[in-house]
Amino acid sequence: MGCKPKLSTCNLQLSTKMRNLWIFISRYNAFFFFIIFFTIGIFLCIKNNAYQRSITLNSTNSVVGSLYERLNVIKRYLYLGQANDSLALENAKLRSELLNIKNVDSSKIVNIKDTIYNQQYTLLSAKVIKNSITHRNNYITINKGSKDGISRDMAVISPQNGVVGFIMDVSANFSTIRSLLNKETHISVLIKKNNAFGSLVWGEGNFNLKKAYVKEIPNHYKINLKDTIITSGAGGFPKGIAVGRISNTQISTGDSFMTLEIDLFNDFSSLQYVYIIKDRLALEQKLLEAKLPNEQ
Amino acid sequence: MNSKVIFINLFRWIVLLFVQIFLLRNIGFYNLSTPFLYILFILVLPFNTPNLILYSLAFLTGLTVDAFYDTLGVHTAGCVALAFVRILFISVSLNRESIDEPEPSLGNMGFKWFSLYIILCILIHHIVVFFLEAFKLTEFSYTIGRTLLSAVFTLFIILLTEFIFHNRKSN
Repeated sequence: MGCKPKLSTCNLQLSTKMRNLWIFISRYNAFFFFIIFFTIGIFLCIKNNAYQRSITLNSTNSVVGSLYERLNVIKRYLYLGQANDSLALENAKLRSELLNIKNVDSSKIVNIKDTIYNQQYTLLSAKVIKNSITHRNNYITINKGSKDGISRDMAVISPQNGVVGFIMDVSANFSTIRSLLNKETHISVLIKKNNAFGSLVWGEGNFNLKKAYVKEIPNHYKINLKDTIITSGAGGFPKGIAVGRISNTQISTGDSFMTLEIDLFNDFSSLQYVYIIKDRLALEQKLLEAKLPNEQ
Repeated sequence: MNSKVIFINLFRWIVLLFVQIFLLRNIGFYNLSTPFLYILFILVLPFNTPNLILYSLAFLTGLTVDAFYDTLGVHTAGCVALAFVRILFISVSLNRESIDEPEPSLGNMGFKWFSLYIILCILIHHIVVFFLEAFKLTEFSYTIGRTLLSAVFTLFIILLTEFIFHNRKSN
């Protein structure tokens, strides 16, 4: 708008029609530039939303990632006390389990079967270097990447209790996690008491960090407040990780499934360390399930 | 455009993005209101910036913010829309020949014009950003609420910044 048409080098040999077109375009150049740049922006956005993301201009990028890591040092220092507490708590828990194992009277067992080799899940700890909780779709960046054997779609849990999300993008030294606080994340869970399957989602009408929803529980199950929700074992998480407690059963859906509101055990706002779950048999399971007829 | 203007704007770009990414990214009220101060950079670019350069700068700024927010394309589109509104508003409200101020800041243009200008620009930017982020209309009322509350927060912070840094210059 308002930019004078650049006709100083106007070619006289152009036909008048072409010249008029050129005048038109250059007079309204603001609008045409807007169309071009805005289309690129929307295109990037859609491309980013698609399942296969090919552009890596995000926090797995080495420049962005290392900047975040450097600044995180300060933040980590401030939260040191809290991190210590949670680690001490976990140590105590592990020690008590160890004590139980040691005190078993094993003198009668002759054959010792090495079960460590057959272990299906191994945990890898990683430091959170960037965490977002204020958006509709939240992502976490951690300081381990493909060098440490992390790959896409691995499940992530937190040290306290509860699920965090799935690995989304991986670079050599960093990876991003699609956190539970994201509209794309669905985690298969069940009610511990009666093994009713459901799907854990966040943010359908309530964007509280401590609340989430379990959908698709059939109506005939009896549900009580304070029932514990655990992971079901499908989709990357080992079975039995505690997720939260039911806080509201009175949500009407209008069909033959109920939706439950739960209080999450996990505090996303103070996440410092996470554990990535490596499933030794994940590939095998995936290949086997790929042979099923496509049922969706 | 002389080198001093370029240097000032480059400095402003770095400072605003730094504040946005490492300070304001962590600030928000109940997930509803988050400020976006960095758009001040596009708002106060000089009047005589050519359109192509204005759009390129807006695009780059948005892209940088997107890289740190992990929302590729969202802020880019928002900034480009903001640049469009800026050009429209300036061409409608001001006579191009009579502009003798270098840039549209609070101290140069007066409170009335400047507040109307930034309110319009902030609203358009926030609407584009929040609706692209939600990417569906089923959460319409929630998204509108976020947009308006964030716009108020951003407006407050931008006016505060302008009062602190620009008032003295005009006197």
